[in-house]
Amino acid sequence: MTVEKIFKEKEIREIQEIHRHFPVKSAACIEALKVIQKHHRWVSDEAVRELAEILEMSPEAIDSVATYYSLIFRRPVGRHVILICDSVSCWIMGYEKIVDYLKNKLAIGYGETTPEDRFTLLSIPCLGTCDRAPAMIIDEDLHQDLTTEKLDKILEKYE
Amino acid sequence: MEKPLTEHIRNDHTWLTLKEYEKTGGYQALRKAVKLPPEEVTKRVKDSGLKGRGGAGFSTGMKWGMVPMGKDVPTPKYFIANADEMEPGSFKDRLLLEGNPHQLIEGMIIGAYAIQARFSFVFLRWAYHAAAKAITGAIREAYEAGYLGENVGGSDFQLDMSLHISQGRYMCGEETALLNALEGKRANPRAKPPFPVVSGLFGKPTIVNNVETLSNVPHIIAKGADWFMKLSKTDEGGTKLYGASGRVKKPGLWELPLGISLREILEEHAGGMQDGYELKGVLPGGGSTDFLTTEHLDVAMDYTSVAKSGSRLGTGTVIVLDDKTCPVGMVSNLEHFFAQESCGWCTPCREGLPWTAKILDALEAGNGKMEDLEVLTFQTHYMAPGNTFCALAPGAMEPLQSALKYFREDFERHIHEHKCPWK
Repeated sequence: MTVEKIFKEKEIREIQEIHRHFPVKSAACIEALKVIQKHHRWVSDEAVRELAEILEMSPEAIDSVATYYSLIFRRPVGRHVILICDSVSCWIMGYEKIVDYLKNKLAIGYGETTPEDRFTLLSIPCLGTCDRAPAMIIDEDLHQDLTTEKLDKILEKYE
Repeated sequence: MEKPLTEHIRNDHTWLTLKEYEKTGGYQALRKAVKLPPEEVTKRVKDSGLKGRGGAGFSTGMKWGMVPMGKDVPTPKYFIANADEMEPGSFKDRLLLEGNPHQLIEGMIIGAYAIQARFSFVFLRWAYHAAAKAITGAIREAYEAGYLGENVGGSDFQLDMSLHISQGRYMCGEETALLNALEGKRANPRAKPPFPVVSGLFGKPTIVNNVETLSNVPHIIAKGADWFMKLSKTDEGGTKLYGASGRVKKPGLWELPLGISLREILEEHAGGMQDGYELKGVLPGGGSTDFLTTEHLDVAMDYTSVAKSGSRLGTGTVIVLDDKTCPVGMVSNLEHFFAQESCGWCTPCREGLPWTAKILDALEAGNGKMEDLEVLTFQTHYMAPGNTFCALAPGAMEPLQSALKYFREDFERHIHEHKCPWK
């Protein structure tokens, strides 16, 4: 019995293109995980096994890298990922109110995804915009000077 | 007052294109540098007194001078800009990356020439999307203009540059951990020695410098070490990006002479405290620096003076603690961050930081005991410099040890009142 592969040809080409640039294949590991995530939103066990074959590494070695980096997702995430800063300046400026509001409104906790896969809520260390705290990133958009009043309008933009 | 790093950066942070950067005198320093012997470039940077702006404050020229030079040395050598700004409360490199990427790239090329590197990387944190666009565009333009590639600035020097976007973790800012991340591995720190200047990326001589540090380099080469020295108020040359966050009237970021007083930053530039809030203390240079209090307001914000007052200049971005915010809660937030970001490689950090964070949680919840303060003090010794693989845990202990010193009464009130007095 053959197991159906999840990587498309385009993905494999992209991964091969990366490891051409490094003196050793395994050096492409993080970049390759990014490619997988771009195509699938997250990195599944099957993806880890297939990448291991391409990079000639063990699946365990790939997984030790994948689980190290907080922005490589080893569990499924929604269409939009909310990353809210929980570091010190945002804490002083009251980010906890923002998080509580989001958790209530979306009815999820950290690490959870709303029904229909719309939002996943995660925390992220300092976003480097401390003069405009509290702050969060949704997908690739930075939102600053957050207040609970602003949140509804911001969330509407993400279908 | 001269502001070489930021004077051309626009308010909306849209990046200066190559043409615009050249109009400000951009890439003239590079043209000048590639006509000098590499060792002379290093000497000029050393003479300027430029110290690393990433937090450690090591002499940049001296670091470059440690790279083996000449024919029979390991190659290719690497030159890396550390743009993994993740120190809590720090937001200075973002401005330079977004607003003037060519200034950084020119500094990197000059540095790469000084150590005769063949490859160069910008190691950027994922969250800086606008910076990623600016750097990508600027690298492309620099290739097209012949500042990168086979004949840099018309010389025989060859350099390739690329952008690496990291996938998170504070550890990546530590230079040996950063090298492991670039090699596709877990970002655990490496044993030192050997230092990266001798054995770095893929085992070859490598320089890693902070973004703000490198953005100074074109100006030093163009205008000279004496000019650079005179920019500051102390014998450590240059300007510095200073920031303030927390409950001040005008949080922000300003390029000021190195060695300006903490009072001037907070009162004149940040506009003082918000109405109804009193200043209780500050972390002068990010989350891993010791607290200073109102008695230190006149300290000069340079490396030596801040160290003398018991803290570190760090990144120069000041985090302000006000009287309506619980100092124990603030330290607890920081220790949770450090515990989460510990790579787990060495025992004191992996075990000590979560232990510390749990004790602080108990104190905040009103379940603390007086013995807990002794355990916290023990932790600050247990994770002191020299006991751990890298600077993460010792850095984590700086706000804790100084909070125990300056805000001890507040810790004790949590224990006696069986609750957080600020809640």
